[in-house]
Amino acid sequence: MQDPESHHPPGTLSRRGALECMTWAGTGLLWSLGGGLPRAVGLTRALAAEEPPAPFTFLQISDSHVGFNKPANPDASGTLREAVAMIRQLPEKPAFIIHTGDISHLSKEQEFDDADQILRDTGVPLFFVPGEHDLLDDDQGRSYRDRFGRGTRGAGWYSFDREGVHFIGLVNVVDLKAGGLGNLGTDQLAWLERDVAGLSASTPVVVFAHIPLWTVYPEWGWGTQDGARVLACLRRFGSVTVLNGHIHQIIQKVEGNVSFHTARSTAFPQPAPGTASSPGPMKVPAGELRKVLGITRLNLIHGREPLAIIDTPLAG
Amino acid sequence: MPSPHTLPRRFRPWLVAAVSVPILALAAGRGAPASERTGTDPVIIRIDNFTFGPETLTVAPGTTVTWVNGDDIPHTVVAQNKLFRSRTLDTDDRYSFTFEAPGEYAYFCSLHPHMTGTVVVRRPTN
Repeated sequence: MQDPESHHPPGTLSRRGALECMTWAGTGLLWSLGGGLPRAVGLTRALAAEEPPAPFTFLQISDSHVGFNKPANPDASGTLREAVAMIRQLPEKPAFIIHTGDISHLSKEQEFDDADQILRDTGVPLFFVPGEHDLLDDDQGRSYRDRFGRGTRGAGWYSFDREGVHFIGLVNVVDLKAGGLGNLGTDQLAWLERDVAGLSASTPVVVFAHIPLWTVYPEWGWGTQDGARVLACLRRFGSVTVLNGHIHQIIQKVEGNVSFHTARSTAFPQPAPGTASSPGPMKVPAGELRKVLGITRLNLIHGREPLAIIDTPLAG
Repeated sequence: MPSPHTLPRRFRPWLVAAVSVPILALAAGRGAPASERTGTDPVIIRIDNFTFGPETLTVAPGTTVTWVNGDDIPHTVVAQNKLFRSRTLDTDDRYSFTFEAPGEYAYFCSLHPHMTGTVVVRRPTN
């Protein structure tokens, strides 16, 4: 389904089928973005002559900020609970959930504990990367790693494979430099190069990290200093999807074979780049909050459809 | 696993004092003997809208500078030369450091590194 009203250049659409549809659905704005059809996967499956597979779905949730209680949302735990209730009602149970950081607001044990309990109610496995709000304990991230990052490397990076897709969780919120943006560091980048070295270029890759890996708005620190090195590393792959949080709003971009997407928060919205005096929590009129919070669903239907990203607000 | 901890509650009277900060800061930098200033007048740098204000502050040696976070988001104050580093400052939290030696001290917020500031420590000229 293609929206004739789309503002995106039609050439882009027909060439890659990238922006699949953008439509009002029911009470909410539904975005659906194809992340580049991994054609080689389709071929592989065609050769294997498998039965039509069930769609593989996973979820992204971000920026819960459990413990936040300021005017922009006095009950961040409550809205996280609503997001979890929404996930439980999905007709198709997702294979797992990726949380792209800022689980807590101040890295307090109680906040981590509450977040853990609430997220557990989803009943599906969770994968995490930390946001800068998760590394505020005296040991600068020990609490996070003990609870959410067991078995990870360095400050919490790792990779895993599911359904033929290679998932990479990166940490870009450690050792930030004055005047700079998000930072991955040479150790992590060296690991990443080794991690993807043996993969065939037809493997779909999903990369997730807290701060956007591309430069969204440097004046507010919305970007990653050495993010370009990640993209250079992944350039040879036919389908790369980059999932980020941090900026509490949906921004997406397609560049070559790479789809970039940032998720809404479940706690509070932040202003669009440059539209306010600071990127701080944005207070919206009563009744509007749940329209600007939400979760993200990702569908990969092998061999038939591109990776589709669907953002759903907590309320229309 | 680290044991649960809570940050101590901080008192708030400084918020009122903070309004007059830039003037006090200038006064401290303009030559009043440091011994007469330190310990009595708070020299305060406000953190508002992800900005240190004033961005550059000049004080006499021996001055205690206090940062106050007015944002709904936590910040930190970290010297680029590692001389000082605050804990995480939540809304209304404060951090103080006494500057003894003349020099320029560049600092930033380690959570939002685009936030930078400088404290210039200089002996009064007169």
